[in-house]
Amino acid sequence: MDGIALLTIFVLSVFVGFEVVSKVSTVLHTPLMSGANAIHGVVVMGAIIVAGESQPGSLELWIALAAVLLGAINLVGGFVVTDRMLEMFKSKKPAAPAKEGGAA
Amino acid sequence: MSETHVDPTWVQLSYLVAAVLFVLALKSMSSPRTARTGVLLGAIGAVLATGVLFFSGIELMNLTLIIVFLVVGSIVGLVAARRVKMTAMPQLVALFNGVGGGAAALIAVVEYLVVGSDDLLFLIFTVATVIIGSVAFSGSIVTYLKLQELMTTRPVVIPLGKWITILVAAATVVGGVWLIVDPQQWLLWALLGLGLLFGVLFVLPVGGADVPIVISLLNAMTGLAVAASGYVLDNLLLLIAGTLVGASGTLLTNMMAKAMGRPLTATLFGAFSGSTAGGGGTGTDRPVRSGSANDVAIMLGFANKVILVPGYGLAVAQAQSTLRELADLLTEKGIEVDYAIHPVAGRMPGHMNVLLAEANVPYEQLKEMDEINPEFSATDVVLVVGANDVVNPAARTDQSAPIYGMPILDVDQAQQIVFLKRSMRPGFAGIENEILFDPKTTLLFGDAKDSLTKVVSSLKSV
Repeated sequence: MDGIALLTIFVLSVFVGFEVVSKVSTVLHTPLMSGANAIHGVVVMGAIIVAGESQPGSLELWIALAAVLLGAINLVGGFVVTDRMLEMFKSKKPAAPAKEGGAA
Repeated sequence: MSETHVDPTWVQLSYLVAAVLFVLALKSMSSPRTARTGVLLGAIGAVLATGVLFFSGIELMNLTLIIVFLVVGSIVGLVAARRVKMTAMPQLVALFNGVGGGAAALIAVVEYLVVGSDDLLFLIFTVATVIIGSVAFSGSIVTYLKLQELMTTRPVVIPLGKWITILVAAATVVGGVWLIVDPQQWLLWALLGLGLLFGVLFVLPVGGADVPIVISLLNAMTGLAVAASGYVLDNLLLLIAGTLVGASGTLLTNMMAKAMGRPLTATLFGAFSGSTAGGGGTGTDRPVRSGSANDVAIMLGFANKVILVPGYGLAVAQAQSTLRELADLLTEKGIEVDYAIHPVAGRMPGHMNVLLAEANVPYEQLKEMDEINPEFSATDVVLVVGANDVVNPAARTDQSAPIYGMPILDVDQAQQIVFLKRSMRPGFAGIENEILFDPKTTLLFGDAKDSLTKVVSSLKSV
């Protein structure tokens, strides 16, 4: 893909990234950071691609496999730990209306 | 760049779906009501994208080994995330972030070694991925060590640290430009090493209380590294996902810094300006007033309004439910009870809310700083459990304190203040707290859980 198209996608993604988290309350800073952390775990895809193009037995392959391992830890661990944090918010029914304070 | 392979249309559409899911995930995680759905959406997006990759027609050698490492990594991540205590959660997030950054750096190294290219943009993005990824990796490891208290939580200032850091940064930039102009393999390894070294130097001087902000910043950096690796591999989804995280993470870092009243530059470079020493040995031999659990129970039992200030010490002692028991008991006696939650109570913004929610504390009793601060002057007793820096007036008055400028809970306005503390040891930021020596302050030494249990049983007989 050519440079300008990529630049366009990059710039638009930056704005979307800013926009989606702009209204988060302090309470959710940590879970949101953790969730974003999990999302960049898709880096494991890149690790799989480079491991797939490395020659068997080569040094490159083992580096790539290390990347697969690290990426998978980031991805799976990230989502599970985020879910555990947010699990804590569920049991209390009044939580949702109480949070709306500013809007109401 | 994988030169010839072009993903079929259905694969590209799947990646688009995954990208949309990531956007929706971040959006949903910004509101408590939809946050859990957000996690689910994100996870679906990630599984979809990774699954599709295997059937996209891309040629994958070493498939068995890849799957083995993928499964092992997933299990390690799953077990670590399931097993971790909620109190230790911030450092685990830092660790997960670090390994993600490390993965991005390694990917760029392998792509350079295996495919390589003289294309200018390819080289620029390879250099960017290697540097940013390795900084995020080693920086996150240091934050992990700090939060896990495997090393000192205070700013580490090495002699000439400022100049060494600048030198390493300059060497990294020069090495990067050199590699782009004149690609050589040894330079790539050198860059990896320099990036790792810079990450360590960059995080060492950061004080304990500022570590969460740095974790958030490193998280944004990993996002950017992943985005750059997306360009290196010609993979649009990595580019989009990485950029989303990079941008939202940068904004989030700023919001966190604002919540703590600390400009980002002060957080990152504060230690370099040499303004961190803080107090030192003056305090330990000064007189303080300590009381028994019974004294505290009587003070609480005859109050009209009590505010509880929970801190990290409460979480460490696993005393959240004992504190709730105390609050319930006081409420039964017709005493007004609120919890004052500092934005960074615990180790990170929102950390204390998570810990108290785990102990089933009713959400309405949790009051944020701006809401509760005007109420302290009308409060009879403030009970501070395992918190220190967030109530330290040095943040208002002492310009040399590392926490200077951070908004604090105004507990010194209350009629009486009770501190449950393990010892006179200063808080995470490593500075003395003047309130401890105030005549209206009573200290109850001991493990937070033991002390609370004793107070609860005394209160029952008052």
